[in-house]
Amino acid sequence: MMSFALLQAAAAGATRTSSGLEILPPPPSGGVWFLATIVKMLITFTIYMVGVMLVIWAERRICAFIQDRRGPNRVGPHGLLQSVADGVKNIMKEETYPGQAYLPLFVLAPAMSFTTALLVWAVIPYGAPWESRWGTIDMALAPLPVGFLYILAIASLGVYGIVLAGWSSNNKYALLGGLRSSAQMISYEISMGMAIIPVLILAGNVSLSRIVSQQAGRGLHWNVLTCTIAWFIFFVSAFAETNRVPFDLPEAESELIAGYHAEYSAMKFSMFFIAEYANVMTSCALMSTLFLGGWDIPFTVWDNVAPHTFLKTLVTFAFFWAKILFFVFVFIWVRWTLPRFRYDQLMALGWKIMLPTALAYVVFIAAMTLGLDAAGIHPASWQYAVIMLAANIIIAVLLFTFLDKGRLVSPAYSRLDKRNLEKLRQLDARRARLAPAHSEGGAD
Amino acid sequence: MLHTYFPVLLLLGFILVNAVVMLGLSHLTLRPRPTPIKQVPYESGMPPLGDAHERFSVKFYMVAVLFIIFDIETVFMIPWGAYYRQLSCTVPLANDICPSGQMSLFGLSEMIVFMIILLVGFIYVWKKGALQWD
Repeated sequence: MMSFALLQAAAAGATRTSSGLEILPPPPSGGVWFLATIVKMLITFTIYMVGVMLVIWAERRICAFIQDRRGPNRVGPHGLLQSVADGVKNIMKEETYPGQAYLPLFVLAPAMSFTTALLVWAVIPYGAPWESRWGTIDMALAPLPVGFLYILAIASLGVYGIVLAGWSSNNKYALLGGLRSSAQMISYEISMGMAIIPVLILAGNVSLSRIVSQQAGRGLHWNVLTCTIAWFIFFVSAFAETNRVPFDLPEAESELIAGYHAEYSAMKFSMFFIAEYANVMTSCALMSTLFLGGWDIPFTVWDNVAPHTFLKTLVTFAFFWAKILFFVFVFIWVRWTLPRFRYDQLMALGWKIMLPTALAYVVFIAAMTLGLDAAGIHPASWQYAVIMLAANIIIAVLLFTFLDKGRLVSPAYSRLDKRNLEKLRQLDARRARLAPAHSEGGAD
Repeated sequence: MLHTYFPVLLLLGFILVNAVVMLGLSHLTLRPRPTPIKQVPYESGMPPLGDAHERFSVKFYMVAVLFIIFDIETVFMIPWGAYYRQLSCTVPLANDICPSGQMSLFGLSEMIVFMIILLVGFIYVWKKGALQWD
């Protein structure tokens, strides 16, 4: 939490210098545009594949670090090339086709997972627009005006790859894994979609470049500060959408072998693996774009004002990746911190807690916006951000105290039934009477 | 129109080509040599009993049906959210702010009515036990 003095310093003179409001030169035409598109596509794809490799490496190294062991460190410096070696191995391996599998879908499913995981990336802006000599080049492959709707549509398709893999394998465990996964993904997609609506209210647009430019400035207008609960709901849903711990029920090893990809081997397995990590990276990128200002650099407006040089594009690009990698680290960290949910707990959390909370929060943000508009406070002013932040802190404290129901904030014994607690106390007292030597420090 | 969506198609094509190349390469480097025991579904070493394509719990269908209803509500709220600040102003926004005295409760009240209807359905579903997994 920032101290108030720092907050004031950051807010002093913060103005909305959004690239959406100031007029930039039009995009280049014809051949240059086509060339730029091809280059951007290659960059997007390459960075994505290399990024997935590095994230897999990071996951294994960080897991090792958390578990106090070394992790892969033989292939290349610090084991960096381990994923390359695994990829080569997976290409060289023999493929197995289960005799009773429905082959067309069995082959199609990994390709489908792979495609949808990578396709979402097309609309995410990964750097400040570059005002080149040929025209303004947007640093998103396709700056679609429907931005967020496109992401919602493509991300939903990811379910098909998993459920088809589970069904076509003709393996009971795989089928169960696929079904669990699809039920879980569609349940959390609703809260995920609802969590975005406060962001859309503040941005007034669904295009991702407008959402980023609305948050531009010194970092005070980042939606993580103005829509904290929405960010939290999105964050939890992202874990469920990517089938990661604590929501990794589709691949719960102790129950389902490997879940939906139990029958897959060689490159087809590898493609599911890539898709899984690509989904993690996409979720992190979305979280950064929608809630952490995208490529915006905090505490300065240098990146938001003209001239939009290539240097600014590069620096903002680095900041965008720093945000993504931070969230990737959190994903890995959570994996070794939290235990897995039970399936009924998972469904109850999604439907009975997250969905009503997200709905109530939409009304809250709508009412706040209305009130601040009526008070005549400009959305780009620092007062607006500070009032929203204060309201969010109050709401967050109330919500978490209510949802907690005395589980975390209060000590552990408060979870017990009153009668059981009394029984335990009596037992403890009796034990202390019988063995006075051991009672010291043993009773808690 | 084409100018906007062409890059997406380009990326889709590129990814599809990559997927096919990856699958093909893996298939061609070492052709599968199936044996009867290799083709048996792996169910933790137990010989599989019967086909996997049997009936499964109705809960999954129920979640799917509920998803369709609530996802449509979510999609319906997206244009409302994006247009909300303009909806609560009787005149067009000037410099991203509503001129004083021109505020209206239209946007908020309409959505609250919609949400109350949604909430009634949600409570009905909850009380019916459709959200209950045991």
